[in-house]
Amino acid sequence: MEPTKKTVLVVDDDLDYLTQMQMQLEADNFKVITAESQAEAEQLLQDLRPDLAIVDLMMENMDGGFVLCYRIKKKDPTIPVIMVTAVSSETGIEFSNAAEEEKSWLKADALLTKPIRYEQLKREIENLMGA
Amino acid sequence: MKNLKILICDDEFGMRMAVARALADFTIHVPDVEGQVHFDISEAGSGEDALAMLANDPVDILLLDHKLPGISGLDVLADVAEKYKDTLTIMITAYASLETAITATKRGAYDFLAKPFTPDELKAAIRKSAIHLTLQRQARKLAEEKRQVRFQLISVVAHELKAPLGAIEGYLYLLRDKPLGADINAYDKAVARSIERLTGMRKLITDLLDLTRIESGQKKRELAEVDAREIVKTAIDTVQPDADARRIAITLHADAPIKINADPGELEIVCNNLLTNAVKYNKDDGRVDVMLTDTADRLTIEVKDTGIGMKPEDVQRLFGDFVRIKTKETRLIPGSGLGLSILKKISQLYHGDVNVASEYGVGTTFAVMLRKLPLPPVNETEKGTL
Repeated sequence: MEPTKKTVLVVDDDLDYLTQMQMQLEADNFKVITAESQAEAEQLLQDLRPDLAIVDLMMENMDGGFVLCYRIKKKDPTIPVIMVTAVSSETGIEFSNAAEEEKSWLKADALLTKPIRYEQLKREIENLMGA
Repeated sequence: MKNLKILICDDEFGMRMAVARALADFTIHVPDVEGQVHFDISEAGSGEDALAMLANDPVDILLLDHKLPGISGLDVLADVAEKYKDTLTIMITAYASLETAITATKRGAYDFLAKPFTPDELKAAIRKSAIHLTLQRQARKLAEEKRQVRFQLISVVAHELKAPLGAIEGYLYLLRDKPLGADINAYDKAVARSIERLTGMRKLITDLLDLTRIESGQKKRELAEVDAREIVKTAIDTVQPDADARRIAITLHADAPIKINADPGELEIVCNNLLTNAVKYNKDDGRVDVMLTDTADRLTIEVKDTGIGMKPEDVQRLFGDFVRIKTKETRLIPGSGLGLSILKKISQLYHGDVNVASEYGVGTTFAVMLRKLPLPPVNETEKGTL
């Protein structure tokens, strides 16, 4: 029998990014659940405890990703969250979770900047899941 | 409108006094500019003083005596013309000779006052300069605003093209690396989405070309008497397959042909836009009613759908370039965000307008009004030019 697949929740308002992410992750034997908005993700989270979440920072409400990360951590602080952002390439604003101060309010375990290479994302996932 | 600054440079104290007094309460009204223009006067007794004062605080108008004790008026003029492009110089001269006039004009003087002059002559010269200055600055400001709008448009277009390119690129990498194995069917969605995004890009580029052609006026408009009803019928035929697929019924309410002087291409763009929107944003099993109202001086094309409708705050934003109302209902409906701005611009070519009435969840009615304009006379000299 196949071992139980790990579940990854991917939240992004870009349908193509979601589709591509899903294909890549499924190829790596993850069970993938997608949501296109903060609201949809919160709905799913009522009955779902993913093994990891990948959340885009800026969705239809500018801070949707922040709020969602906070809610996921509040629900279960052991769920690793990777925050993904195109903020730098869209606005030129640089930020990271390297500084202690930013870590304290950025409720994510890793922060990746779009465009993301899948290999890079996979490394982060393996790191965080201890696989 | 802020005050204009005048510097009077003359070695005769009496002359400076007279000019300052004549202009003290003088105001003018510049066409197309709100409010009155007042003047702040300062004085210099020599060319050297004038240049020193200008270096500190450049003025709008310089009244410059030709014959000065030190550095000559013509030399001051040359210096001012080179350094202060925004300053207009009016030369004051006792020798109103043609020769002085030519030299001064060559060196950049805007106007002349021949001594002795009356206060009215002085005021007339100042008025002329002030109007010139104000209109010139206004034109410059408009040109700058236009430049900004163009930059903004370019940056939005670049962004709108970059997003689908990124998506397609991602799908192509998937097809190259085949993480889901060699079976091509596993990548159906990647191919289907790529085609959708490419179609969107093509539509965006076509709309952009339409828009720039209309805005630049480069497209030669071919106005002729056309039957608007026929053009509407063709537009209905074009969207019919999409409508049928979702069981949307389109009905045209027009009993007779409608003659209007129009560019058939423009009218087609208007009708296609209206009908495409009415189908795209409709609900399955919905209706589209097209009403044509023909009066002596105008044609109104009204397209009413039973679609998803819009909230009042969204209706307000609707006609801007690249505005797409993003809601959960419109999320998957493709569009360039340019259709309605094109519609609005075309209607303006006919001194008409576009009205929209919408109720969220119930439907939207767009009404495009076009005025019936006489055909322009055929101009022989314009033939063969763009």
